[in-house]
Amino acid sequence: MEATLASIVAAAAPLIYAAVGEAITERAGIVNLSLDGSILLSAMAGFAVAFTTGNVGLGFLVAALVSAFVALMVAWSGIRLRLNQVAVGFILTLLGAALSSYLGEGFAHQPGPSVTSAPIPGLSKIPLIGRAIFGQNLSVYGSLILVVVTAWFLARSRIGLQLRAVGERPEAAHARGINVNRHRYLAALVGGALVGVAGAAFSLDQKLGWSDGHTAGFGWIALAIVIFGGWQPIRVAIGCYLFGALQVVALRLQDDLPGLAQILPSLPFPLMIFALVVVNSAGLRRLLTRSPRLSRWLLPEPPAALGRNFVPE
Amino acid sequence: MTLSVEGITKRFGNLVANDGISLELPAGTLHSILGENGAGKSTLMKILSGIVSPDSGWVILDGQPIALGSPEQALAAGIGMLHQEPLVCLPFTAAENFRLGSRRSVAASTAELVETGSRFGFRLDPAAVTRSLSIGERQQLEIVRLLAAGIKVLILDEPTSGITINQRRELFAALHRLAGEGLTVLFVSHKLEEVNELCTSVTVLRRGRVVGTSALPRREEDLVEMMFEQGSLIPTRAPATENGGVVAELIAVSSGDERTGITRADLQVNEGEVVGLAGLEGSGQGSLLRALAGTASIQRGRVTIGGRDVTHRTAQRAAEAGISFLPGGRLEEGLLPGLTITEHIELASNSARFLDWDAARLRAIEAIDAFRIKGSPDSAADQLSGGNQQRLLLALLPPKLKLLLMEHPTRGLDLDSAAYVWGRLLERRKDGTAIIFSSADIDELLTYSDRILVLFEGRIIARLAARDTDAEEVGTLIGGRVTA
Amino acid sequence: MTGSIGARIAGLVAPVIVALAATIGLLLLADAPPFEALKLIGEGAFSGKTRFADTLMAWAPVAIAGAGLVVTFAAGLWNIGVEGQIVAGAIAASLAARTVPGDRGLVLTVTLAGGVIGGALWGGAAGVLKVKGKVNEIFGGIGLGFVAQAFATYLIIGPWKRSGVASTSGTEPFRPETWLPTAFDTRLAPIAIGLALAILIGVGLVMRGTRFGLRLRAVGSNPASARLLGVPADATTMRAFLVGGGLAGLAGAVIVTGVQHKLVPAIAGGRGFLAVLVVLLAGYRVRWVGPIALFFAAISVGSSQLQLRLDLDSSLGAVIQGLLVLSAVLFGGWFAKRQGLGRQT
Repeated sequence: MEATLASIVAAAAPLIYAAVGEAITERAGIVNLSLDGSILLSAMAGFAVAFTTGNVGLGFLVAALVSAFVALMVAWSGIRLRLNQVAVGFILTLLGAALSSYLGEGFAHQPGPSVTSAPIPGLSKIPLIGRAIFGQNLSVYGSLILVVVTAWFLARSRIGLQLRAVGERPEAAHARGINVNRHRYLAALVGGALVGVAGAAFSLDQKLGWSDGHTAGFGWIALAIVIFGGWQPIRVAIGCYLFGALQVVALRLQDDLPGLAQILPSLPFPLMIFALVVVNSAGLRRLLTRSPRLSRWLLPEPPAALGRNFVPE
Repeated sequence: MTLSVEGITKRFGNLVANDGISLELPAGTLHSILGENGAGKSTLMKILSGIVSPDSGWVILDGQPIALGSPEQALAAGIGMLHQEPLVCLPFTAAENFRLGSRRSVAASTAELVETGSRFGFRLDPAAVTRSLSIGERQQLEIVRLLAAGIKVLILDEPTSGITINQRRELFAALHRLAGEGLTVLFVSHKLEEVNELCTSVTVLRRGRVVGTSALPRREEDLVEMMFEQGSLIPTRAPATENGGVVAELIAVSSGDERTGITRADLQVNEGEVVGLAGLEGSGQGSLLRALAGTASIQRGRVTIGGRDVTHRTAQRAAEAGISFLPGGRLEEGLLPGLTITEHIELASNSARFLDWDAARLRAIEAIDAFRIKGSPDSAADQLSGGNQQRLLLALLPPKLKLLLMEHPTRGLDLDSAAYVWGRLLERRKDGTAIIFSSADIDELLTYSDRILVLFEGRIIARLAARDTDAEEVGTLIGGRVTA
Repeated sequence: MTGSIGARIAGLVAPVIVALAATIGLLLLADAPPFEALKLIGEGAFSGKTRFADTLMAWAPVAIAGAGLVVTFAAGLWNIGVEGQIVAGAIAASLAARTVPGDRGLVLTVTLAGGVIGGALWGGAAGVLKVKGKVNEIFGGIGLGFVAQAFATYLIIGPWKRSGVASTSGTEPFRPETWLPTAFDTRLAPIAIGLALAILIGVGLVMRGTRFGLRLRAVGSNPASARLLGVPADATTMRAFLVGGGLAGLAGAVIVTGVQHKLVPAIAGGRGFLAVLVVLLAGYRVRWVGPIALFFAAISVGSSQLQLRLDLDSSLGAVIQGLLVLSAVLFGGWFAKRQGLGRQT
């Protein structure tokens, strides 16, 4: 049980970086659809740098920069060129995947460095949850801290409030003297950097190494979890842990159902997307409208200005 | 401390929205900017509050020129604006909206919201979600925020549409007190009565120019003369058809969501009758119209058209039954951005499987002539002005109609366009078409309706014959107070 | 309006130059001779009838799926599920190819029709999710894509496995009656090319001259307004998904019957996503889909030569395609913005 919990928390870590990062970006009104390609590219870049220099931290840094740059392209093309963010994001999804495959060829299937385990003495011995929370490594600890910090940041901090306003009603923010597009760039850069960390957290920790299409699919999952999680960090994290649990279960089942071994690892993907369908379904919505409080928690609305470019008059 | 505006000019393309406007206001003045729609009031206010930058001109506060074109600097200089639709984030709490844009902590902003609010007689719950506040309360929240930011000039853009008479009284009382403390108030309106009631001086704009200034109060006739070049263009009404049969009936209908829906509404409309729906924004007018138009689902009750039950049918079926709906958001709900006038006409009038573009173009040219639309057959709908968009919507209506539903039919139109629109609409009554429309303008309701229904919180609370009531009564009723 | 021709030429040339420059940079990064590599791509696609035939056979499915995407984009739908719809069409076509007896004419007709039905089912599912479930078509499509892909893999290693061995390299080849007839001693199947051309022309006619085409654009512009103008918006959306999915499924059937002759896990191989890129670059206009798809197919086929001759990863083709579309879209936005500003002042 302890081991299972620990492996779920660890398996979910990269997804948490990506989904929480995207939640920050979307809260400010920018849709960065490029996640699937962006994660591939940063996973490759992070591994390549760590492989070449032997420095895992440098790998994480470069990965963050790569995906921050991709996010910047999406934000810039929306803000400066008034292009459709979804279109640019989709193109970057494919370009990122293609680039990772082209540039990463020399690093494929190579053993490389990884994040070292760093259990916290004493705390990791707490029954049941000790190992899951305190018996991990820096990458996983970071994902836990990120959730708490982002939840606080968005709900309580001044900049967090401004980011939310910029994604909810940019005209209101503008009228209060808040520079809407500067905040959107900031949210895109921070969110993008976290997406890059997610890539490195795959290739240097949870899914060690590099191969063609190494993390394909996880970007889409992260995007779906942001919706599933109602753009709120804590709920997004819950979605990531559910997905992590599904992955762990699928992996365990591989031994029992050898006939399905090839497809079991991919089953959590459709399951997760269809969880989204249920959450979104009109039936559930109608059911929940009878209880306004429950529905506010379960069916949050997207940021009102999501994907809408803001042009001051 | 004096606010001076000198030679403000702003062009949008060929349109000169502001043409060399100058004003001078000493501290503590309650000053009104008066003018018809399109006279340039909104542009001037947006320039003063830094949202729009002018092509030329200066704004000088206390002898200091203000950097224009940035709300941040306008606010820092002490100019704040209350927008017609209060610019607040609806999912935020009141305290969060109050805090947004300031450097306060969470705790400090909660305390200051309560304190500043009570100083001006506003009771605001910091923890309330803004979406649940009325328009009047959202305005109060904005005013309190601006005052806490230390503004010296407060601009209010048409603040009284959508609030009750009571809230208006509270607002005016607070403004009087603030002016007494030295705040300069710029009150933008086209309602003469309010301007006379609140302000001590007025500047009248017409076509982007200052055409007169005056002390207040003044006779309304004089002000009207300044606002309009010719007398007002109210078309004469055709008398309602007597003894017309029932066109449509709502029987105990509930529809829409909790906040803006209608509950157990009953209504009968006769041939050739015009029914006006009065009420605060979102009191159920929109839901009532949409329940009849078939664009909203009906939870309870029945709808009949010409005696036939049509409760659960689509907008398409409603259209086939002779019902048309002109929604308030013309571009959002009524027209197709990116599609041309020709394509709109073709879509609305041609039911053949294959299209004949030459014939369609000819029909588009006919419609453009008949409805005086300023545009070509190839103009996209979103490139037309608001008035021309409304004319295009009228052109798309089928020739035979049993029932015409309209939301704010003249909102945002200049007086000429509004008169034209109503002229075309009233023509249809001769053929027995019944009209139901909603409006925030009580004068419009009184002028064009046979009957006025007042809605409050989704219920019809009064049914009045238009000729037996007046603005005072309707204005009181929309606040939910039923007088004996 | 002055300089609009110049601007249009610049709008075509500038992105190509930027994409080319970036590609050369990437080649230099890999220590490859850039001009030789580009020449190899061109030769790999067009030199000799064999290669040209391969390029055309790579073109047909992309063009067919792209024509379907023109329909869904017109209705305002991001049908990224097209990749999964190709897989679904391929699965249905494979089922028909494995089970239907009889002569070539009958079998091929049923197989191709099966592909259309399979793809339309998958497209229709995304449509139901969108219309009834309010699920954004991007996520519905991606989710259904995962399902189709997992199902194909399951069939290949499970019920349809080659006798004796379960391998992800694909099923046993289907019997030759299910193969599209070829010509000129190449892999060129004239039926596939003819189908693609007919569909491109047909979609063009539907979009321009029929009420359905106008209704699609009305719904794509604003569903609420379209409803008030008497357009059945939900039904139109569903039809767009059915047509788009059906054509994607036909593309899948063409891949099965004209290229692979069996079911393999990567049966779609990114062709659906490539078709999205093609349609984006074509500015959603069907008359540009054919030529751009041909250009992209040439890059795909040509770049496979790089691996053999220069030991470069063949994914360079996909990189070039992505760079081209990205820079075209960015330049397009830049020019549009400049013209927009010019008009205002």
